[in-house]
Amino acid sequence: MKKLLLGNAAVARGAYEAGVNVVASYPGTPSTEITEEIVKFEEIYAEWSPNEKVAGEVAIGASIAGGRAMSCMKHVGLNVMADPVFTVSYTGVNGGLVFCVADDPGMHSSQNEQDSRHYAKASKIMMLEPADSNECKEFTRMAFDLSEKFDTPAFIRLSTRVSHSQSLVELGERADVPVKAYEKNPAKYVMMPGNAIKRHVDVEKRIADLIEFAETTELNTVEENGSKIGIITAGIAYAYAKEALGDSADFLKLGMVYPLPEKKIMEFAKKHDKVFVIEELDPVIESHCKALGVEVCGKECFTLLGEYTPTMIKKAVLGEEAPEVLSADEAIPVRPPVMCAGCPHRGTFYVLKKLGLVVSGDIGCYTLGATPPLQSVDTTICMGASVSAAHGMAKAQGAEFNKKLVSVIGDSTFMHSGITGLVDIVYNKGNNTVIILDNSITGMTGHQENPTTGRTIRGEATKQVDLIALCKAVGIDRVTVCDPFDIKKFEEVVKEEVNADEPSVIIAQRPCALLKTVKYSGTCKITDKCKNCKMCMKLGCPAITLKDGKVVIDATQCNGCGLCINVCPFGAIEKEEK
Amino acid sequence: MTKNIMIVGVGGQGTLLASRILGNTVINEGYDVKVSEVHGMSQRGGSVVTYVKYGEKVYSPIVDRGEADVILAFELLEAYRALPYLKKGGKIIINNQQIDPMPVITGAAQYPENIAEKISDMCDTTVVDALALAKDAGNIKAVNVVLIGVMAKSTDIPYEKWIETIKTTVPEKFLDVNLKAFELGYNI
Repeated sequence: MKKLLLGNAAVARGAYEAGVNVVASYPGTPSTEITEEIVKFEEIYAEWSPNEKVAGEVAIGASIAGGRAMSCMKHVGLNVMADPVFTVSYTGVNGGLVFCVADDPGMHSSQNEQDSRHYAKASKIMMLEPADSNECKEFTRMAFDLSEKFDTPAFIRLSTRVSHSQSLVELGERADVPVKAYEKNPAKYVMMPGNAIKRHVDVEKRIADLIEFAETTELNTVEENGSKIGIITAGIAYAYAKEALGDSADFLKLGMVYPLPEKKIMEFAKKHDKVFVIEELDPVIESHCKALGVEVCGKECFTLLGEYTPTMIKKAVLGEEAPEVLSADEAIPVRPPVMCAGCPHRGTFYVLKKLGLVVSGDIGCYTLGATPPLQSVDTTICMGASVSAAHGMAKAQGAEFNKKLVSVIGDSTFMHSGITGLVDIVYNKGNNTVIILDNSITGMTGHQENPTTGRTIRGEATKQVDLIALCKAVGIDRVTVCDPFDIKKFEEVVKEEVNADEPSVIIAQRPCALLKTVKYSGTCKITDKCKNCKMCMKLGCPAITLKDGKVVIDATQCNGCGLCINVCPFGAIEKEEK
Repeated sequence: MTKNIMIVGVGGQGTLLASRILGNTVINEGYDVKVSEVHGMSQRGGSVVTYVKYGEKVYSPIVDRGEADVILAFELLEAYRALPYLKKGGKIIINNQQIDPMPVITGAAQYPENIAEKISDMCDTTVVDALALAKDAGNIKAVNVVLIGVMAKSTDIPYEKWIETIKTTVPEKFLDVNLKAFELGYNI
């Protein structure tokens, strides 16, 4: 049976068919839907872990105990998980172990466009890279077998266009793979120097074996069309190259991107007058070819930046110019993403901007607090950095700086890696104010549960982390809960806390407007009391706009949250019930 | 020959559902299909672009400039922005709705005037007031299905096939509204 599946859903299907037992992940675009799809299979234990390192370790434990296990993350999530990855490479596995990492060339929803293939090489772990949904399913299924066969974890590398494209998948049955017996084996699993020294020998032997495997595996295929042009490529770049060049080139498509074959590449190159390596982001395959002494054209012909297109490839390989196209003969305003109408973060940033504070930001919907008109956020680095970086800022600038500095971090991000920064502030006598933006959900990735929501990935009730008790337990005595839509009160609280002589936490509590449980009613409307002062427009609400110089509220955009009513100095905005 | 359809709009308008209905309909016709979606940050009120490609064999999931047979635009400015993707002789269907982007709201940029007329002068254009039709169907959120209806008429896929997909893709609660919305778009 064939079905149209998202690449991510196909990875989940592949894991299901491979008989996976345990899947633990932290959400991150473009990887999130893999684990969300896993949940649809009742046979599989699934969880959202607090962060990628925890998730990876849960999967590692499951594998050592004899089950087949998987952990899925976005590229930057692999940075968080990197610590156990490098060592589980040494221990190897019991049950098959797969780490699925999704890169984001073009940065559709990321803070950098790092190339995860470097991790495979650095940690000496094999990596497969599918080019469409059917390969997503097949490669994932195979990865579990290969993991057990070669006693290694296996990476699956995805990219946004593979993860988020639907294509046809041939469905198979779930394999009956019983959980293996657990056997104590300290020489393999206790990585202290005496044991690790021996395991490193095994790792190098394994890589040599995998290079041999790379020469013969069907994962690496040659497609001959009788051309003098040879293309070496992998993953989504293959799809673009094939679309662009069709039968006018020969292809060496690498389904395994680490380790790479040697003889196979040299033989392929020998048969062609000109060889191109087509790969998005870094010259990983290209560098390998050049180290083998194979002459290829890689980044001299293609960019290191962003996503590729078939048109770009046609131009570089065949010299074909792009077609002439229609276009507007005037400037078209950009449409950057914005906080939704009704977003609870809008109240927070309105106040922070009004107070002119330096805002140490973090990763989530609230990163959008950096965009006009709120333009409140000063920094965004990585998950958790808002808290620790603010501590560093204050240490560099001096204690007075704390009076004009806050950190903002979401509930899920705080659980991910904000807590350790808060501990640092307390331990090292910092005096920062941290605002936890508690919107009752993991927002940007599309509503995942987290330890503060009180529900598991399957929606079952569970113990809820008490943010107040948690902050107090690490030594924060000043913890205040405040609704960011109560603008006046929220402003008072922020002023008071930044001026306090000890560290403090403000929990800005209001649920995400897109949650089904949030029911705002009616729409807001400007009345004739309006003096056109445009105060409400400072909120940057997508529903409030100007028409012929007058402020109007677009009823198709407004969800009736009422924040604008709270900022209007003339009482000129009213709620109109539908 | 591959047929390339591009769906553009503003995050939150329901372009994703539209591309899924489209994808599932053509798959039932026995084509190879690729549907490219957008998730994450770009969904939050930003420009959203999805692609549906079908034919004997489809490789790339994206539609390049000058390659779209049909552009289905949920919003005027997004139609204007997508214009370079239209193939020579291609068709554009535009929902006659204006949603101001933040740079226009803040006064940093101006929303171009008479977009629909300007596009009509350049290529085969159908302008629809999908919002009004969705209201007639009973829910303004059915704009996406109205537009699918308009587009469906210009394909050679039979009417019943579309109805079948809508029945399997849309939650039952909203089925009647969506069927009516499709009908209104189809018969425009």
